Amino acid sequence: MNEILTVLPEASMAALACLVLLVEVFRAPDNRAATFWAAAMAVIIVLAEIALWFPQGTTLAFNGTYRADVMATVLKAFLMVIVLLSFFYARDYFERRGRAVQEFFILALFAALGMMVLISAHSLLTIYLGLELLSLSMYAMVAMDRDSPSASEAAMKYFVLGALASGMLLYGMSMLYGVSGTLDLSVLATQVAGGKAHLLYTFGLVFVVIGLAFKLGVVPFHMWVPDVYQGAPTPVTLFIGSAPKLAAFAMAIRLLTDGLAGLAGEWTTMLVLLSVASMAIGNLVAIAQTNIKRMLAYSTISHMGFLLLGLLAASTAGYAASMFYVIVYAVMSMGAFGAIILLSSASTESERLQDFAGLAKRSPWLAFLMLILIFSLAGVPPFAGFWAKWFVLKEVVAAGYSWLAIVAVLFSLIGAYYYLRVIKLMYFDEPDPACAVINAGDDVRLVFTVNSLAVLLLGLLPGTLMSVCLAAMLAYNG
Amino acid sequence: MSADLPLLSIAIWLPIVGGLWVIFAGRRVSDAAVRKDSMLFALASFAASLVLWQRFDNANGGMQLVERMAWIKPFNIEYSLGIDGLALPLILLTTFTTVLVVLAGWVVIKDRLSLYMGCFLLLEGLMNGVFAAQDAILFYVFWEAMLIPMFLIIGIWGGPQRVYATIKFFLYTFMGSVFMLVALLYLYGKAGSFAIAAMHEVPLTLAEQQWIFVAFLLAFAVKIPMWPVHTWLPDAHVEAPTGGSVVLAAIMLKMGGYGFLRFSLPIAPDASASLDWLMIGLSLIAVVYIGFVALVQQDMKKLIAYSSISHMGFVTLGLFIAFQVAAASGDWHQSATGIAGAMVQMVSHGFISGAMFLCVGVLYDRVHSRQIGDYGGVVNTMPVFAGFMMLFSMANAGLPGTSGFVGEFLVILTAFKANFWYAVLASMTLILGAAYTLWMYKRVMFGEVASAAVAELQDIDGRERLILLTLAVAVLAFGLYPAPLFDMMNASVDQLIIQISHSKLP
Repeated sequence: MNEILTVLPEASMAALACLVLLVEVFRAPDNRAATFWAAAMAVIIVLAEIALWFPQGTTLAFNGTYRADVMATVLKAFLMVIVLLSFFYARDYFERRGRAVQEFFILALFAALGMMVLISAHSLLTIYLGLELLSLSMYAMVAMDRDSPSASEAAMKYFVLGALASGMLLYGMSMLYGVSGTLDLSVLATQVAGGKAHLLYTFGLVFVVIGLAFKLGVVPFHMWVPDVYQGAPTPVTLFIGSAPKLAAFAMAIRLLTDGLAGLAGEWTTMLVLLSVASMAIGNLVAIAQTNIKRMLAYSTISHMGFLLLGLLAASTAGYAASMFYVIVYAVMSMGAFGAIILLSSASTESERLQDFAGLAKRSPWLAFLMLILIFSLAGVPPFAGFWAKWFVLKEVVAAGYSWLAIVAVLFSLIGAYYYLRVIKLMYFDEPDPACAVINAGDDVRLVFTVNSLAVLLLGLLPGTLMSVCLAAMLAYNG
Repeated sequence: MSADLPLLSIAIWLPIVGGLWVIFAGRRVSDAAVRKDSMLFALASFAASLVLWQRFDNANGGMQLVERMAWIKPFNIEYSLGIDGLALPLILLTTFTTVLVVLAGWVVIKDRLSLYMGCFLLLEGLMNGVFAAQDAILFYVFWEAMLIPMFLIIGIWGGPQRVYATIKFFLYTFMGSVFMLVALLYLYGKAGSFAIAAMHEVPLTLAEQQWIFVAFLLAFAVKIPMWPVHTWLPDAHVEAPTGGSVVLAAIMLKMGGYGFLRFSLPIAPDASASLDWLMIGLSLIAVVYIGFVALVQQDMKKLIAYSSISHMGFVTLGLFIAFQVAAASGDWHQSATGIAGAMVQMVSHGFISGAMFLCVGVLYDRVHSRQIGDYGGVVNTMPVFAGFMMLFSMANAGLPGTSGFVGEFLVILTAFKANFWYAVLASMTLILGAAYTLWMYKRVMFGEVASAAVAELQDIDGRERLILLTLAVAVLAFGLYPAPLFDMMNASVDQLIIQISHSKLP
C-alpha cells in the first residue's frame, strides 16, 4: 500500500489518462471542449498530488526500481505546469483551424506519464520503460497531422532515428548489466566504484551517452531536431521543445551521476566534446535559417550544449545549475513557440521569420512579450535566460574549466546575432501587408503573458528557484 | 524627508518605473501627455540626484548612502548600492542629460513617441544602477540590460544604416561584457563573494591579475572606446537619433572609464602597473591617430564621434600614467592629478559632446543632412545658433575658460611628470582638436550661403535655446570654477590611490 502511495502521481496519471480516453470516446460529437477540460483537470489533479505530498526524503519503491525524491518532485511539478500551459496553446491552435485533434491531449498525457516514470526511474529497465512510453507517444503526436507531407516525413525520421537511439541505449545498458549483473542504479554505482575496472563499463557508457545525446539532441546526434521541429504541427513542436527536456535532464542525472558516477572521468570528457560541438553547430547554423521553427531548433541544440556544461562540472552545484537551466529553458522555449501559435491563423502557419516583421506595430504588447523571450534566450539580463547561463558558467569556472567558459560565451555571442534578428524584424521593420490578422483567443493571450512575465520575474528574482535546485541536488547527492 | 530614505534606489527605480509607465500608458493617451509625463519623471529623477548630492559628504572617500539587501541568497548576491566621489558626478551627469534628451525629442520624434521617451527613461535608471551598484553581479545586470533600450533607440529611430549600426553596437559591447562576466566568476572563486569591495581586497598572483585585467579591458575598452575596438562608435553615433547620440557620448562612454576606476585599477593594480605601457600606447594612438581621422570626416556626426574617441584617450591616459608618475616622482599624490583630470574630462566631455550632437541635431532636423558639404553660410540665417555652436566648438577644442580645458590640462600636466614625450604627443590634441572642430565650424557656418535649404533656415526656437543655454552654462561654469567637482571626488581619488599603490600579490 505504501508503495502505491509513493507512486501516486504516476498511478493517477495512468488512470486519468485512460479516463480521458473514455471521455473522448463517449463525448457528444460537438462537445470538443470536453476532452480538453478533462485532460487539463487530469494534469491539475496530478499537480495537486505532487504539491500536497511533497517528499521529505528519498523513498525507493518496487524493489528499488522507482525513486521518489526532491529532484523528481520539483521536475514533475514543473512538468505538469508546462504540460498544462501547452494544452492551452494547443487548443487555441486547433480550434482556430476547426480541426478535432483531441488525440493531442491524450497522447500528451501518456507522454507526460512516460516522462514522470523516467524522472523517477531508479533502474535501467524503468528508464527504458519511461523513455519508450514518452517516445512512442511523441512519434504519434508528430504524425498527427496526417495530411501534411512534412509532418509525415518528420514523424518517419523521428521514429527511425529515435528507435536507433533507443537501441543504442539498450545495447549500452545490456553491457552494463552484463558486467555488473544488476539493473539497479545504486548497486550499479557501487559495482562501478568498488569493483575492478572493466573495459565493458566504458563501452556501455559510450552507448548510454550516445542514447542520451540523441534524446537531448546534441551534436553529432542532432539530425532529427530541425526536421522534427519544423515538420511537426506547432503545438507539437512546442510540446517536444519544452517538457521532454526536463525528462531528458533527469535521465542524464540518473544514469551518469547516479549509476555511472564512478566513470565521471570518462563521461566528462565525452560531454565536453558534445557540448562544444553543439554550441558551435547550433549557433552557427541557426544564423542561416529563415524558418523560425527551424531556427529555434538549432537554438535548442546550442542550449542543450550549454546544459551539458553544468553536468560536466560534475559537482552538486553544477547539476543544480543544469537543473535550473533546463527548467528555465523549457519555460522560454514554450513561450517562443507559443508566440508562433499566437501569430498563426487558419490559413497561415506564420513560421517564417518574415511573419514577425513589424509585430511591434501590429501588436505592441505581444511584441514586448516576445522581446522578453528572445533576449532571455540570448542570455541578456535581467531575464531568466541570463541567470541560467550565469549559473552554469559559474560552476564551470569553479570546476576549473575557465577556457570552456570562454568558449561558451563566445558561442553565445554568435548566438546573440540571430536572436537580435528577430527583435530587428519585430521592432525595426514594417509589417508585411500579407500578414494575417492576429486573432488569437483571450485565454491563450493570457497564457502567453503569464509565460513571458514568468521569464521576467524569474530574471529579477532568480534566488528562490536556484535555492530549490540546489536543495534538490544536495538531497540527491547527500 | 526622513534620513534613511533609499535615495539611490529612488534614483534608479523612479526612471525605470516611469519609463515602463510611459511606454504602456502612452499608447492610450495623447502625445502631449506622454511628453509631460516623461518630463515629469526626468525632472523628478534629476531632483532625486540633487538630493543625493546634498546628502553626500565630500570629506568621506568611502561608500556613502549605502543600501544593502539580500537578493540571491544561495550565492550571497546582494542588492547593494552606494556611491563615492567617482560615481556621484556621473549619476548627476546622467540625470541632467536625460532631462535635456527628453526636451530634445519633444517635437522631433513623431513615430512611437511613448516608446522613445520610455526607452530613455529606462536607460537613465539602468545607467544610474551601473554607477551605484556595489555588487559585481548587480553591476553586470545593469550594464547589460542597458543594451536593450539603446538597441531599440538606434534601431527604430536611427538613420538609413540603423540596423547594421545597432546590431554592431550590441554585439561589440556584448562581446566585451561576456569576458568580464567570466572574470567576475573567476574572482568569485577567489574572493568568495560578489561584493566589489571584497574583490578589491583579495590577493591575486600577477598572472591571474593579468588575465583578469585583459578580460576587463575587453569590456571597458569597447565601451569607452579605445583604439582598435572603437569602430562601432562612429557607426552607432551616425545612425542614432540625436537623443541616442547624446546619451551614447555623454554617458555610455563614461561607463567604460568608470569601469576602469571601479574594477580594473583596484582589482588588478599589479597588472595595471605591468601593462600600463599597453594602455598608454593605445591612449596615445587614440589621441593622435584618431585626431587625424577626425580631420578628414565629411559627416558632422562622424567627426564628433571620432573626436569623442580621441578625448576618451585622455581619460585612459590620465588613469594609467599614474604608475609611471608615481615611479618617476616617488610620490603617489602626483598621480592623483591625472586621475582627477580623467574624471573631469569625462564629465566635461559629457556636456560638450552632448552639446555638439544636439547642435548637429538642430541642423539635421531642418536640412536632413549631416554632410558638411551640404552646409555653408549658416551664420547668415541662424545667428543665435551659430553663437552657441561657436562656444561648444571652442570647448571641444579645449579653449581655456571652458570645461574642456580643465581635464586636458591636468592630464597633460601629469603626463609631463611621467615622460616628456607622452606630454608632447598628448598636447597634439590641442592642435588637432582645434583643427578638426574649427575647420568643420568654418565650413558649416561661414562662407556663401550654400543652398536654398540653408537660405530658408529658421533660427533656433525657445525649446532649443533652453537646451543649448543650459549646456552652455554648464560648460562655462565647470570651465571657470571646477572646484565643486574636485571637492566631490578628491577624497575618493585619494582612496583609489591608496588601493592601487598597494600590491595585491600574495
